Amino acid sequence: MTATAGERMPGSGTGAAQAAVADAFRQEWGKIVATLIRMTGNWDLAEECTQDAFAAALAKWASDGVPDRPGAWLTTTARNRAVDRLRRSKTEAVKLQEVAALSVPEEPAFQGDSGVPDDRLRLMFACCHPALTLETRVALTLRTLAGLTTAEIARAFLVPEGTMAKRLTRAKHKIRDAGIPYRVPPAHLLPERTTGVLAVLYLLFNEGYSASAGADLLRPDLTGEAVRLGRMLAGLMPDEPEATGLLALMLLQDARSAARLDAQGDLVSLADQDRASWDAAKIAEGVALLEAALRRQRAGPYQLQAAIAACHAEARQAADTDWAQIALLYEELRRFVPSPVVELNRAVAVAMAHGPETGLALVDELAAAGGLAGYYLLSATRADLLRRLDRRAAAAVSYQEALELAPTEPERRYLAKRLSEVSG
Amino acid sequence: MRYMLLMCGDETSAELAPHPLDGDDSAEPCWMPWAREMQARGVLLVEGSQLQPSGTATTVRNSGGEVLVADGPFAETKEQILGYDVIECTDLDEAIYAASRHPVALAGGVVEVRPVLASV
Repeated sequence: MTATAGERMPGSGTGAAQAAVADAFRQEWGKIVATLIRMTGNWDLAEECTQDAFAAALAKWASDGVPDRPGAWLTTTARNRAVDRLRRSKTEAVKLQEVAALSVPEEPAFQGDSGVPDDRLRLMFACCHPALTLETRVALTLRTLAGLTTAEIARAFLVPEGTMAKRLTRAKHKIRDAGIPYRVPPAHLLPERTTGVLAVLYLLFNEGYSASAGADLLRPDLTGEAVRLGRMLAGLMPDEPEATGLLALMLLQDARSAARLDAQGDLVSLADQDRASWDAAKIAEGVALLEAALRRQRAGPYQLQAAIAACHAEARQAADTDWAQIALLYEELRRFVPSPVVELNRAVAVAMAHGPETGLALVDELAAAGGLAGYYLLSATRADLLRRLDRRAAAAVSYQEALELAPTEPERRYLAKRLSEVSG
Repeated sequence: MRYMLLMCGDETSAELAPHPLDGDDSAEPCWMPWAREMQARGVLLVEGSQLQPSGTATTVRNSGGEVLVADGPFAETKEQILGYDVIECTDLDEAIYAASRHPVALAGGVVEVRPVLASV
């Protein structure tokens, strides 16, 4: 039993079979793992047998052709593999019971909207259980639902592979030993736990969109996985407008990613971005999803943030941005998320709508309240407003402050450039 | 599954200090409503008790045959173990609910939820 058992498919086999396996891996991995966990109650066994099934597919599909229903083929293969493994180790009565449980006819769990709860939803709630640390929830979600390898997850979070393997193993042991349930939570827990799942996906997205450490600002692998998982969740929870809202938010932000960095890898501010390079298809999808979510008339923080992102996405040029509307949306968001970061964003919107002086007053209030001490965007925002008021010396002091606090290289380069402008 | 709930908190605070059960016989112990609520939910209370203050604790070690006895709890911390309950319930979510409704949690204390190692 190793947490690193699930290495991705090696590059062998014929082209067509290989492509089909790669495609099935993205489509089916999470479903099969989720189903096998339900059947066996054993997370390691589920992962390993799913992995074995994909390895078998690579050989078998190359010689016999791709089956009509690759997902069903893979599930059956993985389940048979689990039965074999349990039989071979059937020294305990418990194992016999597990084999018996696996012998029951397969539930038709693969029709998404047939009313049968998809096992992936149980898996998602188990991975995001609040009794696990936040980093663990993210890592476990990437491993079991998205099928990333331990090595890939370790790279993504800049920790040694051994550390990540230990973290995942420990998490699976806790799930088993502490009795973390494998189910969609009952109604009285559902709102709170759903919020927890959404938070994990958004954290993952943000880690890719605005890396908290390191030389690279953007990590498209992580944003891509977050969007994929968000799409999965929105599909599995069609009655939850916040799940749809989160997907819309991620798409609308992701749509701008190509324009966020220049050729040198430096950050380009929203106002200076080449809007022609925004992804129009993602924006259209995000806006449509947001409208569908808002029609349910249960606003929430993700829908509001998506609405703000849509205001930006739909402005043909920076000057067309409806900042007054954005300021109102932040005002509304503040009711759900009473955080100084939201206040800071509102101050920026107010400055854009009603002039830098009004915004600066709000920023100074925030600075005095102290909740954002050490947050580089507070200093950076203050610096930008001072620059626009042509108070260059004060702006330079704030840029210098921001520069010392900024976490990544491209952010530091952007601030250094601004600093030299006001100092010149 | 079986869980032990370990009640922790500052025993010198008025809300969390152990409440002796003797004295006013007419008064219901503060944990009774909790016990009733748990029973109604199907959470089985196996056993449980408040503990005497940590000043009554004695620590015992056996170092290669030599018994070392010391006055006081095993760790001198701001928070002490105030009591424990052993409950039987379906899963961690039920145990978390039981802990969250416990009088010690409601009085500002902390409840540690520990699965009991199954003796299979």
